[in-house]
Amino acid sequence: MLSSAILIPAVLNGLLIGAIYALVALGLTLIYGVLHIINFAHGALLSAALFAAFFSFRLLGLDPYVAVFLLAPIFFVIGYALQRFIIGPASHGDDRNMLLVTLGIAVVVENALLYLFRADTRTIDVPYAFQTIDAGWTFLAIPRVVGFFAAFAVALALWFLMTFTDIGRAIRAVAKEKLGAQLAGIDVGHVYAVTFGLGTACVAIAACLLIPTYYVNPHVGDAFVLVAFTIVVLGGMGSVPGALIGALLVGVVESLSGLFLGESLGQIGIFLIFIVVLLVRPSGLFGARA
Amino acid sequence: MPNQKNSLSRRQVLATTALGVAAAASGSIAMPSVLRAQDVPVKLGVLHPVTGALSYSGQQGRLGATMAIEEINAGGGIKGLGKIDAVLGDAQSTPDGGTAEVEKMNSANVVCIVGGYASNICLATTQAAARYELPYVVDVGVADGIVTRGLKNTFRFGPGFGVISKTALTNLSAINDQAGKPAKTVMIVHEDSLFGSGLAKLLNAQLPQQGFEILETIPHPTPTRDFNNVVLKIKAQNPDLVIPANYYNEYVLLARTMQQQQVKTKGIYSVLGGAASSYKFVKEFPEAARYIMDCNHWFDPRNDKALALKKKVEAKDQFYTYEVYMNYSCVYLIADALERAGAADRAKLTDALASSTFSGHLMPYGPTKFVNGQNEGAAPVNTQVLDNDIKVILPATFANAKPVFPRPA
Repeated sequence: MLSSAILIPAVLNGLLIGAIYALVALGLTLIYGVLHIINFAHGALLSAALFAAFFSFRLLGLDPYVAVFLLAPIFFVIGYALQRFIIGPASHGDDRNMLLVTLGIAVVVENALLYLFRADTRTIDVPYAFQTIDAGWTFLAIPRVVGFFAAFAVALALWFLMTFTDIGRAIRAVAKEKLGAQLAGIDVGHVYAVTFGLGTACVAIAACLLIPTYYVNPHVGDAFVLVAFTIVVLGGMGSVPGALIGALLVGVVESLSGLFLGESLGQIGIFLIFIVVLLVRPSGLFGARA
Repeated sequence: MPNQKNSLSRRQVLATTALGVAAAASGSIAMPSVLRAQDVPVKLGVLHPVTGALSYSGQQGRLGATMAIEEINAGGGIKGLGKIDAVLGDAQSTPDGGTAEVEKMNSANVVCIVGGYASNICLATTQAAARYELPYVVDVGVADGIVTRGLKNTFRFGPGFGVISKTALTNLSAINDQAGKPAKTVMIVHEDSLFGSGLAKLLNAQLPQQGFEILETIPHPTPTRDFNNVVLKIKAQNPDLVIPANYYNEYVLLARTMQQQQVKTKGIYSVLGGAASSYKFVKEFPEAARYIMDCNHWFDPRNDKALALKKKVEAKDQFYTYEVYMNYSCVYLIADALERAGAADRAKLTDALASSTFSGHLMPYGPTKFVNGQNEGAAPVNTQVLDNDIKVILPATFANAKPVFPRPA
């Protein structure tokens, strides 16, 4: 039954869903990998971004692919403000406090969304939602193909930013040696906030690319976060290429294990790969050795 | 400074809370005792999963229950007993969450609980309520195990798996026979919790007896992020019929993916399909929803009260989903039993529910008669999405349209 007519489309589908995971994981890898903040609010922020994309479409008539240019900067500012004015001051520099504060933010954001918008599942109906590209073995949904290339574009932009810009160097410096960076004159609080802002902007981009084929409700982000955490560790904490390749790998593994083991057990494959990588290469596929 | 601000804020919060508590206490103390005796409300637990994965259905269920309570209270409450005080609870979409709420509701001295929604939640909450001999009316939960454990406190007004799957298959055969038997092969796509798995098991046992060949049964978790692989399997095996049994979000994703991958079966015949009998789905995705058939809970389209409630719900900008009218009917069932019991007493209410012949509901059911907690009059109906609306196609006594099968090209 599992002929190439099914296997090849399943791999392609895994790559496309993996690209969406990559967009969510890219934001997380910056925050989790670089700043060592376990951001439990990532899923709630994804839900909030999906709502923002939904209402941009419904109220302002903005296509999600246009709204991304509005929402990414807005969510950058939201992320910046969250780190600068809530997470930073409330955690007093203690990683455990940061974990609890982000957990608190997740609870507040999710319940605020629930209060404001009820638990209704909402979807948008864009003209291209059902358009496909005939790839021979299968039909590839155009929004998924767009998401695939966008994930590469975002990863490339982030890699460029981290490698060649002053703020990128500052982020890496803070990640490696916070005190040293501070002594060199880097405003650590600002760098933390910029990094958190960048991570949150990635979530907004993911939301705009996801909404044409997915739905939004106050808890929708939760479905992506565990996978995103796995990808970040698998790819190497803080590694942009690692998040991208890790996400594509996870997408394909999930797709194939779903096919062979059934959808209910599809995630087993992800965690088996995860365990193997951790055993063989604890720093992740692209992570620097400790 | 920030610390000072924080502590001031905390003090303010404490002071406000203390004032509120004092005001509430003094209010009740100051109330004349005669008035209190007349106005002691009947406490009714309204328990739904209003957060978590099932929160949409839970909130719809709560809406139906609270609308019924508001109506009853606006009419003066239950005759001889007064108004109903709704004690709202959130099962958080888990059996544990539901059980914790039952404990709280018991402590709050509710006379009865209505709701639960999902089968796995209902199994746990009815059991927890049984420890306190607390009457429990299940709103939706269809697993037959809910009413076959000998719990005297548990009543289910709607139909269970057994009746639903039997009706679904009888009606499927009737529709297929009438069309000249175009459908011979089926694939079942079901969610993997108690609801979907239980139903799939029954369908696997019964479909071959009706002459259908099951090509594959595909379980999936809730939530599922992507249905492309499931649809690939469907496409490869090309069944005549696809039978989905899952919750709303997954149903919509599955139907959308089938449309996207241009899978054209002779029909989609759902059994308790999460979205198939949903005005929301039909409105938002008319193309994906067209001609889908479903065997599900549905209101009596010829009942004026049901149609009036539909208008009221839509006036609130909400969809008239089965959770709404089933909970609404359940609250009226409890109100009727309380009136006959003549007291807000758990034991008397249990007896009154057990002997209920309640007919003031909105459902296309036969006479109400509880046998071991199950309403024997409860039955599902078959619906089909026709002309961007949901019509009842079977049974003929309640139908307002004829089935269109196989799906026109």
